[in-house]
Amino acid sequence: MPVRPTAAPLLLATLLAATTLSACGGGSGSDPDTLEVSFKQSTDNSIKVLDTYLADMKKQFEKANPGKKVKLVPIKAPDSEYYTKLQQMLRSPKTAPDLVYEDTFLINSDITSGYLKPLDPYLEKWKDWDQFIDTAKAAAKAEDGKTYGVPDGTDTRGLWFDKGIFKKAGLPENWQPKTWDDVLEAARTIKQKVPGVIPLNVYTGKPAGEASAMQGFEMLLYGTGNSASKDEDPLYDTASKKWITGSQAFKDALTFVETVYKEKLGPDVSDALDPNIATRVRGEFLPEGKLGINLDGSWLPQDWLEGSGHEWPEWSEKLGLAAMPTQNGQAPGKVSMSGGWTWSIPSKAANPDLAFKFIETMQTKANAQKWYIANSGIAVRKDVAEDPEYVKAQPGIKFFTDLVSSTHYRPAYPAYPKVSTAIQEAMEGVTTGDSSVEEAASGYDEELKSATDNQVIKK
Amino acid sequence: MTAAPPAGPGVAKTAPGPTAPPPTPKSRSLRHALTRALPVSPAVVLLVLFLAGPIAYCAYIAFTDLQLTGQAESSFVGFDNFREAFQDAAFLNAVWLTLVFTVLSSLIGQNTLGLALASLMQRASKPVRTLTGGIVITAWVLPEVVAGFLLYAFFRGEGTLNAILDWLHLPSQNWLFTLPILAVSFANVWRGTAFSMLVYSAALNEIPKEITEAAEVDGAGGWRRMWHITLPMIRRSIGTNLMLNTLQTLSVFGLIWVMTRGGPGNRSQTLPLFMYEQAFQKSMIGYGTAVALLLLVVGSLFSVVYLRLLRTEV
Repeated sequence: MPVRPTAAPLLLATLLAATTLSACGGGSGSDPDTLEVSFKQSTDNSIKVLDTYLADMKKQFEKANPGKKVKLVPIKAPDSEYYTKLQQMLRSPKTAPDLVYEDTFLINSDITSGYLKPLDPYLEKWKDWDQFIDTAKAAAKAEDGKTYGVPDGTDTRGLWFDKGIFKKAGLPENWQPKTWDDVLEAARTIKQKVPGVIPLNVYTGKPAGEASAMQGFEMLLYGTGNSASKDEDPLYDTASKKWITGSQAFKDALTFVETVYKEKLGPDVSDALDPNIATRVRGEFLPEGKLGINLDGSWLPQDWLEGSGHEWPEWSEKLGLAAMPTQNGQAPGKVSMSGGWTWSIPSKAANPDLAFKFIETMQTKANAQKWYIANSGIAVRKDVAEDPEYVKAQPGIKFFTDLVSSTHYRPAYPAYPKVSTAIQEAMEGVTTGDSSVEEAASGYDEELKSATDNQVIKK
Repeated sequence: MTAAPPAGPGVAKTAPGPTAPPPTPKSRSLRHALTRALPVSPAVVLLVLFLAGPIAYCAYIAFTDLQLTGQAESSFVGFDNFREAFQDAAFLNAVWLTLVFTVLSSLIGQNTLGLALASLMQRASKPVRTLTGGIVITAWVLPEVVAGFLLYAFFRGEGTLNAILDWLHLPSQNWLFTLPILAVSFANVWRGTAFSMLVYSAALNEIPKEITEAAEVDGAGGWRRMWHITLPMIRRSIGTNLMLNTLQTLSVFGLIWVMTRGGPGNRSQTLPLFMYEQAFQKSMIGYGTAVALLLLVVGSLFSVVYLRLLRTEV
């Protein structure tokens, strides 16, 4: 017996199809007088730090360049999806914007793909470039020796702790742990004496993306064994140009993560694996006094400044700062990781000259300083770093700027993003308890081989 | 086909019947075909351009090592991607979870629940019918992402389900963490049952009343009538419904993505999510596309089984 399609499902199907189709937007044209600027918009609606800053730059730029228009194209997505979206846009001249905001974590990968334009011809003629510190200049330098981005600051990482919770737990207000064990001990004390709060947050697993790898895992890994020395990289062997497998340091760092979640010192695993965990930590856990210790980046106060939507000016009285210690307290005693973002011009941009002009506007001393302060960034311009007004602008700036001396940069080679995912998978395995440290570490070794085309070395 | 002899005037005189000489069947059928093809040709062109084109391109990419970033040129690698897939424990895990998800939510859940609802509604009063239908269809009309968020709120640690369990003094669970594949399967049943219900309602309405009444008079109970009359008579609808449901379920992405992102670990990572992770999070477009092609193969295997089921007449 045949089935006659009833009108309802047909109508609904048509409706659904129509909504799907209309979701695809039209292509963008390239108008020589319009500069398209793509940037990452916060997933938290009340946070508008970058939006506000760029709106101001747009105004300045349009005033200084009559007849030119700036079109801001925000991409609202969690980190990992932002990169994907951007890469898809960069593939075609129809969708490539004129200026993009690139994480230094991905920049080499995008340079290798041919998505970005070398900026050397512009930089040669730009006087302000001399003001940038050398490490920052290197952040967007590719293996071909050319520079592909202008950094707008850097960052460092450390331990944020809640003084109120520490007081209740009987821990010192000027806490500075010397070893990993000190950190874990403090967390155990909090768990015991202040029930109902999360003792220690270490980002973990795939949902948090690069935050897990960098704020979480690498802050541990780079504080192990000899790697505390600046020339040793526990992920990548510079001499043989190969990625390191089978290291004890890797297992030690995984064991730390396992301990945090096995002993329930961290957030509930389902919260830890919530893709919005980073937003919740800044907007909810810390301001509401629900989190004892947080291993996180220097940029946190940008969410708490006036006009940011989550005003919390008292944070500097409520929270203390401590450097992340090395594993057993070996020299130099503390560890930090640095990254940051750069402004880059896509190779398929329609108006590259105009785009560089916009970078120049954003990077005048006054504007750069305004931005570092607004987003709690660490200055990469010498003239700003020396400016007493910048140093005094915010509590914490001095602490995090001092960490620069013991900071490490990621081996940001093209394979790094895949290596990072492999790290996140290993972390997730021990966090959920699905795999032991041994299993997770050997899983990482396998992933590493395929991610790097077998460019690995056992150490 | 052979051409008819040319029809001269002499032939026309002797032949009875039509007086005008007919055009040769060959030229006639050709012209006929052309005229008939003309209106559909734009559609065919569009299909080739926008449907077949991308599919062919995808099939091609599956045999390359194309990446989203980190590589300037891509090259042809033959069957490497497929070989890699079958050696990849995460891929095999995704295949297994996809089968579990499809069988649980589509074959068992949506299909039987849809049939049950449709048969119950046959006997229900009109207000009950309208109300039930309305509720079930609402779940279906909701965009996938919205449905995903609703069910996320229902299953999560502090969610509705646990609140209800608490109230009943039953132990609560973090469903999305302990039983993620079951939670997303349930979500898919919740969302997709309306379609089966509509298909089966239509089919049940087609069964002539006399047959059911006759069986009733002969003393057949509800279950017997269902088994011996209803099911055989709506057999073809069952086939169609199973096929459409399965294909739809195989490609569910948004619902699972919103609820669990394939996690925790890889415990709810079905093939579409695995494919997304490979292609867009690890930037390996080539490998991801190869996985997509394999998913297509799984889908066609199911379809073949159902089509055979459809072909046999009652």
